[in-house]
Amino acid sequence: MTTASQSEFILETIHVTKQFGGLTAVKDLSIQVPRKSIYSVIGPNGAGKTTFFNCITGFYKVTEGDILLDGESIVGLRPDIIVKKGISRTYQNIRLFQNLTALENVMVGHHPRMKAGWFGAVFNTPGTRREEAEARKLAMELLEFVGLKGYEYELATNLPYGQQRRLEIARALASEPKLLLLDEPTAGMNPSETEEMTNFIDNLRKDLGITVLLIEHDMRVVMTISDIITVLDYGQKIAEGKPEEVRANPRVIEAYLGRGAVTEQETQAA
Amino acid sequence: MDKELKFTWKDMLKYGVIAGVVAIYVILVGMVEAFNERYIIAETINLGQIALFSPVFLLAYFAANNARKIKSSLFAIITSIVVGLIGGAFVAGLLVLGTHMNLRAVFLNVSPELLDILHLGQEGMAGAIAANLIISATVGLLGGLFALMPHKWSNALLVGLSLVLLMGILQELMTITFGNKDWYKPIGEFIYAKKGLSWGGTALFLVLGIVLNLWRSSDKLRPGKKVAKLPRQQQMAVQIVAMLLGLAILLALPKFLGSYPSEILTTVGIYIIMGLGLNIVVGFAGLLDLGYVAFFAIGAYTVGILTTTGKLATVEWNFWMALPVAIFLAMMAGVLLGIPVLKMRGDYLAIVTLGFGEIIRVVVLSDWLKPYIGGAQGILQIPKPKIGNFVFKGPQQIYFLVLAGIIIVGYIAWRLRDARVGRAWKAMREDEDVAEAMGIHLVSTKLLAFATGAAFAGLAGAIFAAKLGSIFPHSFNLIVSINVLSLIIVGGIGSLPGVIVGALILVGLPELLREFADFRMLFYGALLVAMMLVKPEGFVPEKTHARELSEKEPFSSEIEPEAPARETI
Repeated sequence: MTTASQSEFILETIHVTKQFGGLTAVKDLSIQVPRKSIYSVIGPNGAGKTTFFNCITGFYKVTEGDILLDGESIVGLRPDIIVKKGISRTYQNIRLFQNLTALENVMVGHHPRMKAGWFGAVFNTPGTRREEAEARKLAMELLEFVGLKGYEYELATNLPYGQQRRLEIARALASEPKLLLLDEPTAGMNPSETEEMTNFIDNLRKDLGITVLLIEHDMRVVMTISDIITVLDYGQKIAEGKPEEVRANPRVIEAYLGRGAVTEQETQAA
Repeated sequence: MDKELKFTWKDMLKYGVIAGVVAIYVILVGMVEAFNERYIIAETINLGQIALFSPVFLLAYFAANNARKIKSSLFAIITSIVVGLIGGAFVAGLLVLGTHMNLRAVFLNVSPELLDILHLGQEGMAGAIAANLIISATVGLLGGLFALMPHKWSNALLVGLSLVLLMGILQELMTITFGNKDWYKPIGEFIYAKKGLSWGGTALFLVLGIVLNLWRSSDKLRPGKKVAKLPRQQQMAVQIVAMLLGLAILLALPKFLGSYPSEILTTVGIYIIMGLGLNIVVGFAGLLDLGYVAFFAIGAYTVGILTTTGKLATVEWNFWMALPVAIFLAMMAGVLLGIPVLKMRGDYLAIVTLGFGEIIRVVVLSDWLKPYIGGAQGILQIPKPKIGNFVFKGPQQIYFLVLAGIIIVGYIAWRLRDARVGRAWKAMREDEDVAEAMGIHLVSTKLLAFATGAAFAGLAGAIFAAKLGSIFPHSFNLIVSINVLSLIIVGGIGSLPGVIVGALILVGLPELLREFADFRMLFYGALLVAMMLVKPEGFVPEKTHARELSEKEPFSSEIEPEAPARETI
C-alpha cells in the first residue's frame, strides 16, 4: 500500500525511556519489529509492557528516546495522528464503545480514513453518501472476518466476552493499520477460546499482511505464534530472540519463576 | 435482582409509612388545596384528591408488586390494603393534629379550608377519620389490583387513565378555544360536565386510551409492520404521504387552535429547538453543559440590539438580516467557551459552564453595558419579522417561524447523528481516550459539538426575541438551562423524538395548569427522581437506530451473556 521505505523494520524504538516522577516504567528500550512479523513483548506484571504500548500510540509522551514508524519519527504526535499513520491497538481490559452497536464501533474505527464533515453530513452530498456506504461495507466485511456476522446491530455491551475481544480487533482493523498492537488478547479466556484467538492472530498476518505487536501473558500463545520475543522486567529488556532462545534464557526464567528456579536448573544441569 | 428475597410485615409497614409521609408532604406544600377546584370527573373527583391519594396508590402498587414475587396474590392484596390503611392513618393523624393544635405557625398551608378538605365530606371527626381510612384502603387495594394485573392490561389502563386526566385538565382550554364553534358544542356537551369530564366522557376516554394502547402493543395490528412488508418504493410513498399529512396538520394547527394554545405551542417549540441543540452537546457528545442559556441569551440580545427601533436603536436591521448574525455570534460563543474547557470532563465541565451562563447574565445586567443593552430594563420595541406583507405578529404567526426552526434544526441533528461526525461524538461520549486512539481529533470534535449546540440556541433566542418584542435579563436565568437539560433527560438522553416529548411534558403541561406554577420545580424534581429510578433511559429512549436501517430482522435476545464482561474485574 505505502511506497515501502527501504527499512526492513516497520517499527523501531530507540532507547525509549518513560518516567512517571521518580518511577521509571520503561527504561532504555530498543526493539525492531520486522515487517509482517508477529512480535511479542512479555514480562511479569508491572514490567512496563502496557506503558510501552501507550508510548507507541502517543497516549504517553516518552521521556527520552525515539520511535520510528517506517523510518519516520512519531514521537510527540497526538494519538489520533498516529492512528492515521497506521498504528492501531486494542486494550487489555476491553474498551469498546459500550452503548454503540457492533457496526458503529467498527465504523468509528474507520473514522481516520474518512473525510466527510459537518456540511457533507447535513447536505448529504454524493461524496459523503458514497464514503458512508463504503465504510459500512468495510465494517460489515470486518465483522464477518472476525466472526461477528449477524451481530452487527447488537450493542457492544450485550456481546459475550470473547466476541467483545474480537469486536475490538475488528474496530482496530477498520483504521487499516500497518501495525496492530494487541494488549493481552487472550486475557480471561479458557483454553479453547485461547487457541481460537491464537489461530485468529496468525491469520491476521496471513490474510491481511499486517504486522502484529503483541503483549501476552499466556506462554503457550507466545511460543506458538511469535517470530521474535522481547522480555521485559522492571521496564528493561532482559532478553530478546526467537521463542526457543528466550525459553532457554536463565534470566527469563528468573524473572518469571524467581531465583530459586534458576539455581535448581543449574544444579540439574551440573 | 434477587436481593428482595423476602417480604415481611416490616416491609409492609415501611411502604405504608412512606406513603403516609409523602401524602403529608403533598398536603403541607399546599398542593391538595391548590388543586382542589380543578375537577377532573363530573364534580366528583378533583385534582386535589388525586394528589392526596396518589402516594398511597403508587406505594401500594410497588409494595404489592414486590410482595407478589415472593408470596401469594392474596398476600399482595393484603399488603396493598395495609399500605393504604397506614397512609390513611397518617393523613387522619394530621387532621386530628391540625384541628387541635395551631400548625399554621409552622406550616402556612394548614388552613381551615385544607382541614375541611381532609374531612372528605364528613361532618364529625370520627366520621372523617373513618372516611380517610376507608378511602385510603380502597385506593391501596386498587393499587394492589393494578400490580396483579397482566402487564399488558395495566399498561393499557394506565394510558386510559392518563388520557382521562389529560382531557379533564384540558377542559378549560378546550372551552376557551372551541367554545364558540358550532361543531364543538355537541361534543363539548357530551364529554364535559360543568366542572370536569362527564361520566360519558370519562368512559369514552378511558376506553379510547385502553383500545389505542392495546392496538399499538399488538404486533399484528401495528401499522409500521404492514408498511415494512411492502416493496421499497411503496414504503417510501407511504412515508412521504405520512410526512405531508403530518406537515399539513402542523400547518393548520394555529388557525384551528386559536391564540392561547398557539402561544403555548410556540413556547414549547422554542424549548424544542434548544433541546435539540443541547441534546447534541450532552446527549451525543456527552459534554455536560449547564450554561446553555448563555447562547440563548446571545441570540436574543443580538437580534434585540440589531433590530430594535426603541431608545437603544442602532442599525435597525430587519429580523432576517439579524438572524444569521445572532446564530453566528452564538456559535462563536460556543467555540470560545469550548476552548478553555477542552480538557475538562464531567462534573468539572458542568461547574465551568454553569459559571459561564451566570457570567453572561451578570454582564447583561451590568451598568457597564447598560447604555447598549439596557441593563435590567432590557431592550424594547423589537419589530416583528415579516415576509412581504405577512407579519409574524402574534403567537399564531410566530408559530410558523418556530415550526420552520424545529424542522431545520431537527433535520440537521438527525443527519449528523448517523454520520461520521455523530459517530465521533458518541464515541467520545463513551470513552474519550479510546476515541482519540481511534483517530478522532478531540479538539475539533468537541468544538464542533459546542458550536452546533450553541448555534441552535442562538436561533431559539432570536425567535424568542421576535416573539416577545422585548427582552429582559431575567428571561435568561439558570433555570432555563435546567429546564432544557431536564426535558432532555425526561425524554431520553440522545433521543430526538425524546426532546419533543420532554418539552411537551415539562414545558407544555405546566402551562395548562395555572395552579401548577408554584409547584413547577417540585414537579420537575419529583419527575426527575422518579425517572432516574424507574425509567432512566427516558420516555422515548434512543434506539439502536441501526434497526431501522437493517433490512433483515434485527438480531435479538438469542445470545446469553456467557461471561459478564466487565463487572467481574
